[in-house]
Amino acid sequence: MLFNDPSPLEVKILTRRLGLPNSASIETNLANGGYKSFEKALEMTQDQIIQEVKDSNLRGRGGAGFPTGMKWGFVPRQSPKPKYIVVNADESEPGTCKDRVLIENDPHLLIEGCLIAAQAVGAKAGYIYVRGEYRYLIGILDKAIGEAYARGYLGKNILGRGVDFDLYTHTGAGAYECGEESALLESLEGKRGQPRIRPPFPAVAGLYQCPTVLNNVETYCAVPSIIEMGGKAWAALGIPKAGGTKLTCLTGHVNRTGVYELPLGFPVEKMINEVGGGIRGGKKMKAFIPGGSSCPVLTGEEAWPLTMDYDSMAKAGTMLGSGGVIIMDEDTDMVKAALRIMHFYAHESCGWCIPCREGTAWLKKLLTRLNEGVGTAKDVDLVGDLADNMLGKTFCPLGDAAALPTASIVRKFRHEFEAKLARAQAAVPGMANNPFAIV
Amino acid sequence: MADLVNLTINGRAIQTPAGTLVIDAAKKAGIEIPAFCYYEGYSLQAACRMCLVEVEKMPKLQAACTLPAGEGMVVRTESEPVVKTRKSMLEFLLANHPLDCPVCDKGGECELQDMSFRYGVGESRFTEMKHHVDEKQWSPVVFYDGPRCILCYRCVRVCNEGMGVSALGVINRGEQSLITPNFEDHLECDECGMCIDICPVGALTSGTYRYRTRPWEMKHTGTICAFCSDGCKTTLGTRGHEIIRGNNRDRSGINGEFLCMKGRYAFDFIEHPERLTSPLMKVNGKLEPVSWAKALEAVARKFTEVKTRGGRFGIAASTKTTNEENYYLQKFARQGLGTNNIDHHRSGDVVALIDALNGRADALATMQDVYTMTASLVIASDLAQEHPLIAFQLRANNRHHQSNTYTVTKGPVREDKYAAASIRCEEGGELEAVAGLREQLSKEKELLVIFGGAIKGEAVGKLVAFGDSLGIPVKYICLVDYSNSRGAMDMGLLPDLGPGYEPVDQPGMTLPGMMAASDLDVLWVVGSNPLARYELASPGAFVVVQEMFLTETAARADIVLPASAAYEKAGTLTNVTGECQKLHAAGRTMGAKPDLEILGLIAREMGLNLGIWSSSNVFEEIRKSVRGYNIPLPIIATGQAAQTNPVKGGVPLRPRPDLIQPAGNTLFTSGSLGRYSKKLTSVIEYPGQLYRP
Amino acid sequence: MTFSPELEAKLEKLMNSYPPGRKKSALIPMLMFTQDEVGSITQELVEEVARRIGIPTVQVDEVVTYYSMLHRKPMGKHHIQVCTNISCLLWNGDELYEHAREKLGIGHKEVTADGMFSLEEVECMGACSWAPAIQVNYDFHHHVTKEKLDQIIDSLRKLR
Repeated sequence: MLFNDPSPLEVKILTRRLGLPNSASIETNLANGGYKSFEKALEMTQDQIIQEVKDSNLRGRGGAGFPTGMKWGFVPRQSPKPKYIVVNADESEPGTCKDRVLIENDPHLLIEGCLIAAQAVGAKAGYIYVRGEYRYLIGILDKAIGEAYARGYLGKNILGRGVDFDLYTHTGAGAYECGEESALLESLEGKRGQPRIRPPFPAVAGLYQCPTVLNNVETYCAVPSIIEMGGKAWAALGIPKAGGTKLTCLTGHVNRTGVYELPLGFPVEKMINEVGGGIRGGKKMKAFIPGGSSCPVLTGEEAWPLTMDYDSMAKAGTMLGSGGVIIMDEDTDMVKAALRIMHFYAHESCGWCIPCREGTAWLKKLLTRLNEGVGTAKDVDLVGDLADNMLGKTFCPLGDAAALPTASIVRKFRHEFEAKLARAQAAVPGMANNPFAIV
Repeated sequence: MADLVNLTINGRAIQTPAGTLVIDAAKKAGIEIPAFCYYEGYSLQAACRMCLVEVEKMPKLQAACTLPAGEGMVVRTESEPVVKTRKSMLEFLLANHPLDCPVCDKGGECELQDMSFRYGVGESRFTEMKHHVDEKQWSPVVFYDGPRCILCYRCVRVCNEGMGVSALGVINRGEQSLITPNFEDHLECDECGMCIDICPVGALTSGTYRYRTRPWEMKHTGTICAFCSDGCKTTLGTRGHEIIRGNNRDRSGINGEFLCMKGRYAFDFIEHPERLTSPLMKVNGKLEPVSWAKALEAVARKFTEVKTRGGRFGIAASTKTTNEENYYLQKFARQGLGTNNIDHHRSGDVVALIDALNGRADALATMQDVYTMTASLVIASDLAQEHPLIAFQLRANNRHHQSNTYTVTKGPVREDKYAAASIRCEEGGELEAVAGLREQLSKEKELLVIFGGAIKGEAVGKLVAFGDSLGIPVKYICLVDYSNSRGAMDMGLLPDLGPGYEPVDQPGMTLPGMMAASDLDVLWVVGSNPLARYELASPGAFVVVQEMFLTETAARADIVLPASAAYEKAGTLTNVTGECQKLHAAGRTMGAKPDLEILGLIAREMGLNLGIWSSSNVFEEIRKSVRGYNIPLPIIATGQAAQTNPVKGGVPLRPRPDLIQPAGNTLFTSGSLGRYSKKLTSVIEYPGQLYRP
Repeated sequence: MTFSPELEAKLEKLMNSYPPGRKKSALIPMLMFTQDEVGSITQELVEEVARRIGIPTVQVDEVVTYYSMLHRKPMGKHHIQVCTNISCLLWNGDELYEHAREKLGIGHKEVTADGMFSLEEVECMGACSWAPAIQVNYDFHHHVTKEKLDQIIDSLRKLR
C-alpha cells in the first residue's frame, strides 16, 4: 500500500509500479515490465553492465553518495573466493523512510536490481539485511523471493541460462550503526555491529572477507531502469554529475509529508511549496535538513534557493544525504531539537572509539542541562567545541553524523541557547545579582 | 628483504620496509606516537584515536596504527592540530574516568596518567555526573573496575588471540560498554593475568597485589620463574623483604608479554607459613630446631665417617636448583665423596635426543624457533597446560606467520583449534600416528618437532630417524618439566654421565636404584622430594635434606637444612630450549641459605677443597668446562638469555626409558612446590572449569 | 530447549542460508525469532543458541547486549514503541509518549502488572513522513494522535 498520495511533480521511474493493485506480486510486476532489464542484462557483458551504471551517474542512495558504477568496478574480476551481493535495508537514518516504501510495494524491483548486480560482478549469492523494526518487510520479501524462485529468476540455472544466484533475507535487531557498511557486514557475520578498519573496502574484502557489492535498497532499485533506459538517458533525468531521480522523504512541518520521487536538482522551494504543499500553518521555515539528521542544519534562508543535489548542498555546507528532508518551522525549539538529535547518537554510538563514545554521551548530558536552562554561555561554547573535537576524528562516520548537526545548530541558533538560559535564570529570584550567572 | 619505502616524519627522512605501520616506523626512529589501543602483535583496533597524525595530501588526520608507511609520505606527529586532537581525546577519556589515582593500583605506572601528564590539559571541563558501575571480582586473581576502563580492548585481544582462551568479551554499547567475563559474573580461564598486565589503566587489577602498595615503594627485580622449564622472565616487586607482585610489563624476557598464573602469582610459596627457617635435627625420633653450626657439623661428621669407611651414598638432586648448585653438587659427589650415585627426577629423555642427533647441533630448537619455524609437530604434550610459553609462541607463530601445526596427543589440546591436523592416540601409539602424517609433513618447508616424556628411549631415535627421512630441515625440543630440569642433565646430575654428557668410568646408582637399595648409608636429598614417589628401602640410611618445606622426604630426614628459594638467590637456570638465564634475588627469608652456600659450608666443614662457592666463580668453571656452556658473559650479565648447546657425538649408553617419568603438571600444579602456593591452590579449589583446551 | 515446529522449520531454513562454516551468521536472526516465541532472551536461550551455533556463550552475550531489540527481560504481550526522534518530535511524538506513559501507568521499558503492555521510547523506526508513529510489536501505526493511541490500547486490551 502507499502511505501518501503521489504528487504530479514526481518523475516516477523507480516508483512507477507503486499504486498498482497487488503491486508486490510477481504477476503485477511481470505484467508491468518487471525482470525485463535482468533479461536484457543477461545478454550484456559484465563490463557493459558496469559501464551503463557508470554512465548513469548513479550515486549511492544510502547517504554517502559514492558513485555506484565505480564501486562495482572495484570488485576483482578474477577471484578465488566467492563474491556476494549485500543489500543495505537497514534504513535507520532519522528522517528517512523511502526504502520501506520500495520494498513494501515492489519487492521484485529490488530482487531484479540484485540479479543485475550479481550478473555484473559474478556473484552467486546475496543477502538482504533488513533492520529489525521492518520485520513485516521480511515476510513480503520472503514471499517475493519464493515467487522468483518458482518462476526461475532465482536459484540454479536461472532462465536456463546457466546462471546461479541465491538470495536470502537477514534480520537485524536494532542498531543504527549497522547502516554503516562495514558494521552491517560484522552484524551479518553474527557479531556486534561495529565498524571495521578500512581499507580494505567491501568490494575487495567484504562479507566473510570475500569481494562484496554492498549498496542501499534504492541504489539497487535504480539499476533495472538504468539498464532499461541506458545509463546516459537515465542520467539525463537529473542534472550533470548527479543522474536520475531520488526518493525524497518530506518530514516535519510541511503540509503534505510523504515519500516522493523527484529528479536530482529539484528546487527546494518547489519541493516544499508545491510537492509538500507549503509549511504547515503558513509559518516560516526556521531550519532545514536535506538528508537525514546526520547532515549539517541549514537555516530557512540558506535553504530556500538551493536545489536537491550533491553539489548544491555541498556548496551550502551540508549534504544531500539519504533523502530524508526534515523541515522545522519558526516555532521549533532548536535546543530541544539539538538535544533530541544527540540523544539518538548517544544511544546508537557503538562504543568502539573514544571520541564518539565519550563525546556523544557528554554532549547528551550537556544538552539535557542546557535544554532545562541550567548552564552558562561557556557551556554553549563547550557544545560547539566538543562537536569540533569529534569531527573528523572518529573511527567511523557516526561521530561526524553526531557532530555536524550539533555544531551547525550551535553556530546558527546560538541565540536560542542563550535565551533559554536567560529565561530560566530570570525565573530564579535573586539570580540577576548572582555573580555566577554569566548570561 | 622487503622493499623499502622512504617517508618523512617530523622532518626526518626515514627508510622502512613497505607495509610497516607509521606508528612502528616512527618508534624505530625514536619518535613516540602515543596510543592506548595499539599493542604490537595483536589485531588492529584504531579505537583510541590517540595516534592520529597529520599526513600531507590526506584530508583528515590519520590513525598511525593502521596506516602503512608509503613512499614519499610526509607525516607530522607534533603539529598543532595533532596536539590539539590528542588533548581532546584525553579530555574525552577523562570525562567518565574516575580520578581515584591516589588509591588506584595503577597509579604511578598508568599509561593514562603518563599521557595526561605529557599531553593533557590542566583544567577539566566535564561537570556532569560520571557514569558509574560497581567493581567486580571475576576470579581469585582478577578484578574489574568498569569506570576506570577506557575500552581499548587490549585485554579482549590478548585473551582471544594471545592465549586462545576467549574468556573476555564486550557487552552493551556506547558509553554503557563494559568488558565481560565468559560466565556472566565470573571468569573460567587460564587465570594467566595477561589481561591485567596489558591493561593501560587500573581497570583490571590483580587479586594478589591490589591495594597493597604503590609501585614506587617497590624494588623491581627481573628474574626467572621458579616453576616450569620454559624459562619466562618475571619481574618481582619487593617491599622490604616481601615479594608483593609478579608481572612482565616490560616484555624484556624471552617470553615477550607472556606470563602464566605460576610466574605471575605463585611466588607466594616463599612466605608460606610452613617455610623452614631453621635447621632441624632428629632428637629422640623428633625433628627439633638447631643452629646452623650444629647441623653442619653433624652432617659433615656423618659424611666423613661414611666416606672413610667406604659406605654407600645416594644423592637425589634437584630439577629446580641452579646450574651452579647442580655443578657443585655433582663435583661434591664425585670428587668429594667419591661416588657416582647421583641422579634426579628425569621428566624427558634429553640424553636420548643428544645421542640421536649425533653431533648435529643445529637440530636443537630454540624458543625463537617456536615462533618462526613454518611448521610444528606436537607429540604427547598438552602444551597449554605444561608448557604455556611454548603454546603461546606457537599460537603467535600461527597468527603472525600462518605456520602449520600438527598435534599427536592422547586428548584434545588447545593447539587443535588451529592445527592443520590433529590425531588422537594412546600412549605408545605416537610414532605410528606420526608416520600417518608423513605425506603432509614432507610437503612442509621445515619442521619443528616438540615431544613430551612419553617419547623416550629408543622411540626418540626412531622419531629422529623419521624426521631425517622427511627430506626437510627438522629441529627438536625434548620437553622437560621443571625450571632447571635441562640444567640438571647438562650439569651431569646423572649416575652415568658427568657435565656435558661425558660418560663416567663407573656408573653409579639411579634414583630408583638408590631408593630400592637396602644398604644405603646416607641419602642426601637436595631440593627434591623422592619419598613422594618412592619408598626408602634402607632402614638405616642417614637422611640429609636441603629443602624449603617439610615435605614427605624432609619429614623422614635426620637433618634438614632450610634452603632459599629461587627468588632469593643468584645463579643461572637453563630452560627447556637451552637458553641460560640469570636469577636475581628479589626477597630473602631469614634463616634459610642458598643450596650452593649450604654445599660449600658442608665441604668446608669436611675439609674438602671444591672451590669457592660463589655462583659467579662456579659459573666461570661451568663456562670453561661444560660442553655448550661457553656463553658470552655480557648476555647473561644484562639479563638476557644465552643459548647453550650441549650436542656432541653419540652418547654410548643403554637406553633407560623406565627412568623417564613426566610429572603431568597442569597450569595450576607444579609437583611438591605448587602445593605451597596458596594462589595456585585457591585457583584449583575455585568452582567451575578453569582450563579449557 | 525445543521450539514450536514452525519455529524449528524457520531456524532450519535460517541455518541453511549461510555458506558452510559460517553458522555464526545465523546468530542475530536466531535470537530475534526465538525471542518472539520465548518472550525474552533467557539464560537458557542464550545457552541453547550458543550450542546450536557452536560458539561460547560470551559471544552471544556480546551480541544480545548490543542490539536494542533484544531483551533480557520479558516485555509485555503488546510492546508499544513510541518514536520521539526528530521527525516524530516535530509532530509532538514526545507528547504522545508522555500520554502513553500516563495511559499505561508505566515508564520506559517497563511492563504493566498484568503483563499485557510494555512501553518503550524508541529511536527512528522509519515512518518519518507519516509522523508521529508507533509500533505495537512489529505493526506500524502512522499519524498517531492521542485519541488514536487510546483506541489502539483499548482495542488491544479487549483482545486479551
